[in-house]
Amino acid sequence: MSFDLSLITESIPKMLAGIGITFQLMFLSAVLGLILAVILLLMRISGKWYLSWPAQVHIYIFRGTPILVQIFIIYYGLPQFEFIRDSVFWPILREPFGCAVLALTLNTGAYVSEILRGGVLGVDRGVLEAGSALGLSARQKFIYLTTPIATRLALPAYSNDFISLMKATSLASTITLLDMTGIARTIVAQTFAPYEVFISLAIIYMILTWIIQKSFGRIEKYLSRYVNP
Amino acid sequence: MTNPTSDALIQMINVDKFFGEFQALTNINLEVKRGEKIVICGPSGSGKSTLIRCINRLEEHSAGRIIIDGKELTDQVKDIDAVRREVGMVFQSFNLFPHMTIVKNLMLAQQLVRKIPKAEAHKTAMHFLERVKIPEQANKYPVQLSGGQQQRVAIARALCMKPEIILFDEPTSALDPEMINEVLEVMTDLAKEGMTMICVTHEMGFARSVADRVIFMDAGEIVEEAEPEIFFNSPKSARTKAFLSQILTH
Repeated sequence: MSFDLSLITESIPKMLAGIGITFQLMFLSAVLGLILAVILLLMRISGKWYLSWPAQVHIYIFRGTPILVQIFIIYYGLPQFEFIRDSVFWPILREPFGCAVLALTLNTGAYVSEILRGGVLGVDRGVLEAGSALGLSARQKFIYLTTPIATRLALPAYSNDFISLMKATSLASTITLLDMTGIARTIVAQTFAPYEVFISLAIIYMILTWIIQKSFGRIEKYLSRYVNP
Repeated sequence: MTNPTSDALIQMINVDKFFGEFQALTNINLEVKRGEKIVICGPSGSGKSTLIRCINRLEEHSAGRIIIDGKELTDQVKDIDAVRREVGMVFQSFNLFPHMTIVKNLMLAQQLVRKIPKAEAHKTAMHFLERVKIPEQANKYPVQLSGGQQQRVAIARALCMKPEIILFDEPTSALDPEMINEVLEVMTDLAKEGMTMICVTHEMGFARSVADRVIFMDAGEIVEEAEPEIFFNSPKSARTKAFLSQILTH
């Protein structure tokens, strides 16, 4: 078979036109997912079963099912219910973009809350006891001791999840969104050249991953300043 | 509740402590007067750490009463906080806040618990760093300090809260031998200034020179309690004798 280089140079700029959608999906889901993750974490460590159980159920469901299936259920399934069509969320859920963000948020929120929990559990018990002995309240200990230390501990795993999330945005193309992958699929449908187009697409994702990795590497270095000064 | 009988700063009355089925403390009765220095020793697992951890409620006692300066330790958060404000603690493994500089370690609780303004908290912090002789380390992180220096910072951090009592939980056990003395010196100075202290330690030289009373614990009980002279020269109990012969001969 032949490999058409000019097709690559032509299709890359076209696909990059979708990078805006990819970024929007990524950043919106990352921010909302992180907020959700913190809420789930607080519910899990609250020590109250009626908060902890729902959080665990959420995590179990969203870690236990493929994200593509979650996207399909939200996009094709939710509009079947009248109360959802009547709700204030309908303008968001009517659009594939809203459905994709919702699915990605719920999914990443489940994973990240577990990552954060790992960080919280990794905080040295002695440090927290010292806080108690000095008279700090549970809340003060959480804000001034647990949070900064757990953040550093959780960051490497979190950066992994962030990269997964970036790549998972490509699944939004299955519900008609024209992100980079969506555009690539359109180009393939027109040119019948899957090889060139998808390899170009893969290269773009790889570069994005590299940038994300480097950025997190810097944050990690900053947060570890007190470990390796 | 008010203090029932005495002018003691710390009163433990018939205190028991269980961890599940295991009884860690059995019928502990202890009174410590203002300015007194108590050394607690005993084999590992004898309950000595548990005893002092009950005093500032890092462990919850299962039965009996603990009264600190007239305030009884109950389940009420506000009573626990009130007691913790008066009781400082120094841990075996220092437990400095690793993500904060030394001076921030000393300022945090002052600002959050005592609501002292930043500038004043900083001044107090530097004052106590001078006292433990390491003001030049103020802007370093704990990991950059030696064990002995970290422990002196931990003592300074407790002092910044102006406590009535300081509890020491094996403060020199995690230190390299050459660093033990610098920590003991700081503790001896504190004792001379009249601080009320309870020290769990195996430093018998320190016990001899500083303690008003030495307490020997075994299997969760106070076995013997005496002035250091009597304690070391003519212990009554066989268990105390056996323990002393082991730690003093090697």
